[in-house]
Amino acid sequence: MTAAETSPEHLLSGPEKDPAGDAGHRDAPPRVGFFTDTSVCIGCKACEVACKEWNAIPEDGLSLSGMSYDNTQGLGASTWRHVAFIEQPTGSSGSRPPAPPAAPGPEGRALLPLTDAPAPAASAPGSGELRWLMSSDVCKHCTHAACLDVCPTGSLFRTEFGTVVVQEDICNGCGYCVPACPYGVIEQRPTDGRAFKCTLCYDRLGAGQEPACAKACPTESIQFGPLDELRERAALRVDQLHEAGVPEARLYGHEPDNGVGGDGAFFLLLDEPEVYGLPPAPVVTTRDLPAMWKHAGAAALSLLGGVTLSFALPALTRRKGSR
Amino acid sequence: MVEHAEFGSYYGRPVIKAPSWAARDIAGYFFLGGLAGAGSVVAAGAHLTGRTTTATAMKMSSLVAVGLSAAALVNDLGRPSRFANMLRVLKPTSPMSVGSWLLSVYGPAAGAAAFCAVTGRLPRIGAAATLGAALTGPAVATYTAVLASDTAVPAWHGAHRELPYLFAASATAAASGMALVTGATRESAPARCAAVLAAAADFAASAAVERRLGLVAETFRAGRAGALLRSARVLTGAGAVAAAGSGLLGAQARPVASAGGLALLTGSALTRFGIFAAGIASAEDPKYTVVPQRERLAAATAAA
Ligand code: SF4
Ligand code: SF4
Ligand code: SF4
Repeated sequence: MTAAETSPEHLLSGPEKDPAGDAGHRDAPPRVGFFTDTSVCIGCKACEVACKEWNAIPEDGLSLSGMSYDNTQGLGASTWRHVAFIEQPTGSSGSRPPAPPAAPGPEGRALLPLTDAPAPAASAPGSGELRWLMSSDVCKHCTHAACLDVCPTGSLFRTEFGTVVVQEDICNGCGYCVPACPYGVIEQRPTDGRAFKCTLCYDRLGAGQEPACAKACPTESIQFGPLDELRERAALRVDQLHEAGVPEARLYGHEPDNGVGGDGAFFLLLDEPEVYGLPPAPVVTTRDLPAMWKHAGAAALSLLGGVTLSFALPALTRRKGSR
Repeated sequence: MVEHAEFGSYYGRPVIKAPSWAARDIAGYFFLGGLAGAGSVVAAGAHLTGRTTTATAMKMSSLVAVGLSAAALVNDLGRPSRFANMLRVLKPTSPMSVGSWLLSVYGPAAGAAAFCAVTGRLPRIGAAATLGAALTGPAVATYTAVLASDTAVPAWHGAHRELPYLFAASATAAASGMALVTGATRESAPARCAAVLAAAADFAASAAVERRLGLVAETFRAGRAGALLRSARVLTGAGAVAAAGSGLLGAQARPVASAGGLALLTGSALTRFGIFAAGIASAEDPKYTVVPQRERLAAATAAA
């Protein structure tokens, strides 16, 4: 049973206190998720590697992309964590904000500068300054997950932890979840046809362990825990950065009233979401499903009416003796 | 309409993932489902008004079309052997699930209607099946619009209100085309009338889709989708004119009606392939995901 099945009108979109409970889990543990603080990410890709290792995900291409240090390029069937690398010119001549002072580290952790030392003037045009943005992306484990809503087999389901997982033995490879995801996360594996994505380490959660990617992250950029706690921590961290003179710090996906009812994995970003390849204001497609069914019903009736009319008109004209 | 919209992206990569569906299978399925569904309504009309040749031909056409469409669907599964999992649950939130159940009701009805018409056996059951197929057929023809719209694909989701009407019109054009090609000429007055109505509705719905989509409507005009949709419009228009014209001709009506019917069928198929291609194009360019969302955000901020 999906949440949406029990009462479609109210559970397709909007704030939703208890996704696991609404999916039929009794006495569910608190909902867990990720807060990824990209301001401390050093782009080491330990999360990517740990995820591949733990989940035994096959290799998916060894090409050089030309996209900075990012040769993984994006999330997909065989990449469930993806570290984005963005090089931006900073300073007076660029359109970007000036390089901020070194940002404070979160409590009790090593201080990691937001910017590198200025690049040599010869190598970069303009002001000659560059800033790095690095961010580890993952499935958002949406409160209203379009992938789960549209899956015709029930292969995608909501776990007792409030996360969204694919059951490999049920997926029939219809591929409907792929275009439904507003974040472009889930994908079919070409060799296999079935859909795969981050499970939020369902197996590890069951054993009381934290997910492999969070465990491997050396800077605690990836923080795992109960979603409520993470939201509080994230709000504090954003305030801290603003006070330290990093006004462009912002949270992404944390509000429970956003288009997908809040992301189970949300982020602290240092630029607009689309710069990281994230949609600025995604909406779960099934929010509009009642309207779609209504219009499809009206269109079906119009079809019936139009054809009926086509049979009635010739009969009428014939009765009037025109033929 | 936004000209030269500025937007940020990650190395120009798409934000969402386009479906990996094959155009032949899925756009073909949209066309065949429409032909079958609307065809069953025409068949029932012909059946009830004593146009026996047309009725039998349309019942056969619907059976073949629904059979082919089911084959296309199964063929497109990454794991065709697991087709049965489609009927594991009934999920109202999944148009594909609803559609699978719909087909499992419609398919047998269309089959029974064709079987009874061709063999002349069990006329009562045949009449009931004909009516059953005519009542579920329109849903088979329009639910595919919901199947496409219920995604994050900008060109499909953005048109979720208008797309069902366009699919209904296109399906009716295909079915009337089939009736003109396969039915008896003296029985073809309703098909001619339906062809004209369908072409008019098709043009009106297409215009409404493009108006609604704003910036994203570019994907309906550019590239492969644009070429397909332009050809579709020409064929649908010409088919409707030929259909209407054939009613005024006496002995020469047959070839004109057949040509018009073929044009209508091809036009309908091209419409579906065009809409499919527009959707893929809109998914592959991050502009069509980011800019409309930015505009929505800006509008919300302005309103607040
Ligand atoms: S981000 Fe995409 S794949 Fe992940 S839960 Fe949300 S809709 Fe599903
Ligand atoms: S591909 Fe698999 S997981 Fe995705 S919608 Fe189809 S059956 Fe569900
Ligand atoms: S939670 Fe587990 S499956 Fe998901 S990205 Fe992290 S390591 Fe991979």
